Amino acid sequence: MPTPLRIVIAKPGLDGHDRGAKVVARALRDAGHEVIYTGLRRTPEQIVRIAMDEDAQVVGLSSLSGAHGFLFPKVCELLRKAGLEDVVVFGGGIIPERDRPALYKSGISAIFGPGTTSSEMIEFLNNLEV
Amino acid sequence: MNRRELARALSNPESIVASERPKNPWCVLGVTGAPGVGKSCLVDQIVKGWLAGGEKVAILAVDPSSPISGGALLGDRMRMSSVDAGENVFFRSIATRNLPGGVPSHLNKMVDLLIEQGWTKVIIETVGAGQSEIRVVAVADRILLVEGPARGDVIQAEKAGILELADIVAVNKCDLEGADRVAEEIRLSLNFSADEPAPVILCSAETGEGIEDLLETINTLSCAKGPTIAKARERLLAAHQELMLNHPNFTDAVKGLSDGRYTVEEALQRLR
Repeated sequence: MPTPLRIVIAKPGLDGHDRGAKVVARALRDAGHEVIYTGLRRTPEQIVRIAMDEDAQVVGLSSLSGAHGFLFPKVCELLRKAGLEDVVVFGGGIIPERDRPALYKSGISAIFGPGTTSSEMIEFLNNLEV
Repeated sequence: MNRRELARALSNPESIVASERPKNPWCVLGVTGAPGVGKSCLVDQIVKGWLAGGEKVAILAVDPSSPISGGALLGDRMRMSSVDAGENVFFRSIATRNLPGGVPSHLNKMVDLLIEQGWTKVIIETVGAGQSEIRVVAVADRILLVEGPARGDVIQAEKAGILELADIVAVNKCDLEGADRVAEEIRLSLNFSADEPAPVILCSAETGEGIEDLLETINTLSCAKGPTIAKARERLLAAHQELMLNHPNFTDAVKGLSDGRYTVEEALQRLR
């Protein structure tokens, strides 16, 4: 078996919907990765702290509240400030198409919305050079 | 070593170089118990108490990897509100797969490193479901067994062999019915077999009841003879198992046994 990635699945901000995040966490575990789930309502600062302490290579952010435009770039910025610029960040949830270019620019590597299959995500992870 | 470097070093336990931690004062608390008894919530309370007392606390939460996929879902920290902020607390989730063959010895090194780096207390948390988990927790200087009401009878805990390792037993969820009775059964069972039975504390991580009492008991706990022997036994067995797993003939012995070339006796001979 290949070395598993350590992946933090996080719910930033005031958003109580974590069905999607839990499904993703489970799918990535079944794909052989070590998934750390943060639980609900974490601040960007907490998420960066968790990524650091857990020595994660990947962080997945889930948001269904509409605040992704602020929260996702904030996490990326704080990761860089903490010296974790090599951590790959992907997003998921309800992220309208028109918001995506700005998120990619801020450092989000991929965005997986509703309808994404777990194999698409796993393929994305398998192709990472981390 | 900064925080990042420490986190990195913990990912490669086999390359950790750290001096052995001092025996006194004791600094490693193992917390174990069946799934759902409230270990994580109780650990959260203990961490808060220790932080308030000026300690630097590191938590190593050990969970089994899936034997099928090799992956793991590590969710212990979501139940601990105390661990995601502040410089004086460090939380690390550990999947057993990262530590092939030698979970206890790797954990031991991780703890040595944390203590060397200035952390004053370390908590090892693991589900007390089987022998390998018992081995994990036997690395600790003191062991807290968490129980709860409505878990069947105390025979379950005795059967698992965990009760004899416990330096202290917390019966959590004392706000629910039946906790008193569970505590009484455990006390009876402990009195039956030990000269210095482990203290049994009723508490509730949810309401905070009994937490002060629990903290006080943990902080002043001396190690009774029974658990010391039981822990030493588990540590020795763990070390022996690690030797076997790392033996150059191990794979051959397993293969030979499975395809009928060796009997168990002969396979064992190959590992001498």
